[in-house]
Parts: sequence; structure tokens; C-alpha cells
Amino acid sequence: MRRLSRTRPELIGLAVVAAVVLIGLPTVTNQFFTFEFAKVAIFVTALIGLNLLTGYSGQISLGNGAFMAVGGYTTAILVQRTGIPYWTTIPVAGILAGVVGFLIGIPALRLTGVYLALATFALALSIPPVLNHFDTFTGGHGGIVMAPAMPPLGLDLSQEQWLYYLCSGIALVLFLFAWGIVRSRTGRAFMAIRDSETAAVASGISLAYYKTLAFGLSAAYAGVAGSLLAIATSYVNPDTFGLSLSLALLVGVVIGGLGLDFGAVLGSLLVVWLPYYAEKASGLQIGSLSFGGKPDIFYGALLILILFFAPHGAAGLVQRGWRWYLLRRTAARSPLPEPVVER
Amino acid sequence: MLSLIQQVISGIATGGIYASLALALVLVYRAMDVANFAQGEMATFSTFISYSLIEYAHIDFWLAFVITILISFGLGVVIERALIRPFEGAPVLTLLIVTLGLFTAFNGVTGLIWGYVFKSYRGGFPDQPIQFGGLYLNTQDLGVLGVVLVMLLLLYLFFTRTKAGLAMRAASLYPDSSRLLGVRVGWMLALGWGLASAVGAVSGMLVAPIIFLDPNMMQAILLFAFTAAVLGGIESVLGAVVGGVAVGILMALVGTYIPGGQDLRLAFGLIVIVVVLLVRPAGLFGRATVKRV
Repeated sequence: MRRLSRTRPELIGLAVVAAVVLIGLPTVTNQFFTFEFAKVAIFVTALIGLNLLTGYSGQISLGNGAFMAVGGYTTAILVQRTGIPYWTTIPVAGILAGVVGFLIGIPALRLTGVYLALATFALALSIPPVLNHFDTFTGGHGGIVMAPAMPPLGLDLSQEQWLYYLCSGIALVLFLFAWGIVRSRTGRAFMAIRDSETAAVASGISLAYYKTLAFGLSAAYAGVAGSLLAIATSYVNPDTFGLSLSLALLVGVVIGGLGLDFGAVLGSLLVVWLPYYAEKASGLQIGSLSFGGKPDIFYGALLILILFFAPHGAAGLVQRGWRWYLLRRTAARSPLPEPVVER
Repeated sequence: MLSLIQQVISGIATGGIYASLALALVLVYRAMDVANFAQGEMATFSTFISYSLIEYAHIDFWLAFVITILISFGLGVVIERALIRPFEGAPVLTLLIVTLGLFTAFNGVTGLIWGYVFKSYRGGFPDQPIQFGGLYLNTQDLGVLGVVLVMLLLLYLFFTRTKAGLAMRAASLYPDSSRLLGVRVGWMLALGWGLASAVGAVSGMLVAPIIFLDPNMMQAILLFAFTAAVLGGIESVLGAVVGGVAVGILMALVGTYIPGGQDLRLAFGLIVIVVVLLVRPAGLFGRATVKRV
């Protein structure tokens, strides 16, 4: 790994290209695409969180959509009731969702594998009806409409461009934060727990502390993403945060690449653009069946195919390509990390 | 008081439906230690097949019922052979994600073929009350209970009186020894998936007349079936049945006596799951497992 992390001229070149693309994107595309890429940045944030939990510490969660609901509703309710500027609610949403995640992480401590999946599945399913029920607070089915988020005065940006820069800026900062965590003592503890709980405990790692920490962090990321989603669409309602959102997050993180930093980025491109192209493919007809509209079939098929052929996901494929390039250049060889999911 | 008894009875009937889906989950869990998240969506798919048989092929309900069970059995076997077997021996996380892939794929395929418009589904029983003492019993509820009881009896006979049933039990308890004794363990897993799929189809066809038919109809039922399985002990067949009935009664009472309880039933399912796992992780009838390292 040392050899790879040494700064290479190609990497610097790639980083410069990435920065130019990231900053220049909204100036060359139209409003619609700019807005969709703002959504990509929002999903990057949510998927980094889920990757910390599932990819790095090996705990499955089907309930991160519920944590996004906590974040989204925190922002919407605060903005609607108190009238404070929307951007101040983002950290509040993150912290509140993180606390909720930490609390849910406590019972989750005793649940592993199947049981954790069951409990978080139940969480994802029960959130929308609960939001409907407490309608004096949440607006029920109708949800809460907020004023559109306007760019700060003095900035010559359209609303979409501002949302794009806001969301990708936050996603970038949180990406670097997660990058740091993964390479710290905490990240190593997460991975040790993922690879063998018994061995981790034997090495003096506190399961209780690190598992709930992973849950809390993951929920905080989801909370920020939910808050940004509420701001971007200036609207929240219970159906936004249903089971399908939680499942889309899981699909994104698995297809992007569990336990690899760039998995979240590639996964969120898929989660945002696949439904768009599925919609466009509505014209495609086989017999009386018209494909399109819903991305579910593609999600399901991709999920199984990826697990079978490329357990490291898209990021794993990219990494393999990069390795192959290096191998040709330097004949260096270093093994891929063990896949989180394997067959 | 009379209304309470009536609620309990209708809870027992719905509980029978939860119990049959829970039974399907238990069958798969015993075979391979994984909860099949796609069980509900597979049941929905089967129910739509029976809908098509009744509506478009004009087949009598009970004949369609039997045909659908056979088709579902085949479907379960094929899915195990084609999609689950390649992942044999994989970690639980991988298998869980595969079943979630099946979940989304089945949901999408059902929506693709039959659309997302709610359809009414006429079951095999007339929807009329029978007066019994001061109680009004629904024929529908009694019929559901009857079907579930017959199914349980058949499964019991299959597992205790047939060679295949014995081989299946052996394969799930001692896969290695069974293989040495000539049991085709891989095919026993496929048989388990087939049976689970068939049992799930029954639950779908029983619940569809009560709620409307749509591609998402089994999601809440799946949650209650999970609740039932966890409450009863996820490896226990008896536990699934008792758990299902208990959850059915609980949900009927929550729906009736708690204001706005209909919305909160799913959350109650979550609470029951969490409390059971914290207080008695093995459930009512499960055995506590000791992990050897």
C-alpha cells in the first residue's frame, strides 16, 4: 500500500482534472443537469456514511433512509417554525440524526447480521406512517413546503448552481473527513471488527464503543444528506424517505464498492442517473411490456451481478484498472484488500 | 367485551396469514441461516399469477390456488438453483444483499407486468358474517384459519412421515453427515426454497382479498411475519405459528384501541422485534445458540 499512496504525477493530474470538472460543471450544463448533480453530491454524502457502517465496520443497515428523514424533517421544521436561515440547520440536522443513530446503535449492538438487517428494515418501513401520524408536527401526508434556497447576496449564481456548489462543497469536506477516519485508529478498529469480532475484542477493541460510533457517524452523514435534500427540493414529505430510499442507498453502496473510498461517488452517480435513464427508456417495449419508469428491476439485477462478478463494486473495478496500469508501468504488485462481501 | 372478543378472533385469522409467511421465512432460515427479504415480494408475484389465472383464464379460484402453489414451488426451486447456489458458503452479508436484490427485482417485475394500480381480488370465501351467540364471525376469517390449519397439518405430515422430509431435516441440522449418508444437501436447500415459496404464495392469496392487490402489498405483512418469526424464535416452526397468531392479535388490538393505531402498527412491529431481541434473543421457542470460536 505504501507504494501506492506515494504521490504520483498521474494522481496529481487526475486530481486537477477532477477539480476542474467539479468546479466547471455547472457552467457548461443546463439547469436540470446542474440540479441532478447537486443530488449526486447529496447521495455521495449519504453513501459515505453508509459505507463507513457497512463497508468499513461490516454492519448492514437498511434504515439509513430513516436517518435521512430525521435530518430532512429537522431542517424543514426548524426553518418553518423559527424562520432561521436554512444553512444553519444543516449541522443541527447532522447532530440530531447522529444522536438518534447512536441511540439506535445501542440495541443494534446485540444484533448481528440477519437480526440487524431485520431491525433496520423495520425502522425503514415504519418511519413514513409514523411521520404521517404525528401530523401536527410534520404536516402529515402533505409534508412541509419551505421557501426555495436562494444563493447568498453578492453571489452571481442561479439557484441550481448555488445548490450544486453548496452540496458538493459539503460532500467534499465530509469525504475528506471520512478519508481521515478510515486511515486513523478508529478506522482500523472498524475494519478489525468487520473482519473478525472475536479477534478485534481479543486485541482490546471495545465492540460497544466502536459499533455505536459507526452507527452514529453513519446516521450523522445521512442526517446531513437528508437536510440537504430538503433544502434542495424545498419540500419534505413522508414518502420521500420510505423503504425505497433506504434500499437505493444500499444498492448504491454495494454497486459503488463496499469498503472503498470512491465507492460512494460511483454509487451515487448510479442512484441518481439510473432512474433518469430508466424513465427515458419508457419507450422501450417488448411485446405489451413497456420497460422504464421504475429502476427496480435494474437495481435488483445489477446488485446480484455485481456481487457475483465484482464483489468490490465499481470502485473495485476502477482500482483494478489502475493497478493494471501501474503494473505495466512499474511491475509493482500489491494485493487488493479482502472483499467485504465475497462469494 | 364482545367487541374485544371479536377483535381477538379477527386478529387470530390475520395472525394465521402472518404465521404462514413467517413459516416460509423459517423454512429458508433453517436451510441456510439467512432471512429471505424477497419472501414477501415472491408471494406477491405468485398472488398476481393466481389473479391472472382467475381473471383472464377464467379458472375457478380453488383450481387457480393449487396451480399457483405448484408454480410457486417451481419458482422457488429455480431461484435457489440459479441465483442462491452460486453464493453457497458466502458470508451472511452477501446472502442478505442477494435477497434484497431479489426483493427489488421481484417488485419491479410485478409492477412491470401488472402495473401499480390497486386491484380487487376475490378470494375463495364469501365476505359475509355468521352470527354465533352474540358474536358476528366473518366467513372470510374462518376460511383463512381453515386453510392455514390444513397447510400446517400437511407440512407436519411431510416433515415427519416422508423420507424427503426426514432428509430435509437432516440436511439442515447436519449437512456434512447427511452428505456422507447420501442426502443431496444442495437439492434439499432447493426443496426448502420451493416449499417456502409455496407457503408464501398461500399467505399472499389469503391476504389479497382482505387488502387490495398491488405490487407493494406484502411489505407490511413481511414486517409482521419477521416480527412473528423473531418472537417465536427464528428457527422454530411452532414458534412461527404461535408468534404469528400473537402478532395478529396484538396488531388487531393496536389498530382498534390506540387512536391512529393503524399508522403505528408498523412501528409496534419494530418495537416488538427490538424488545424480543434484547430480552430474549432466541425467541419464545428457539434455543439459545452458543458460538464457538
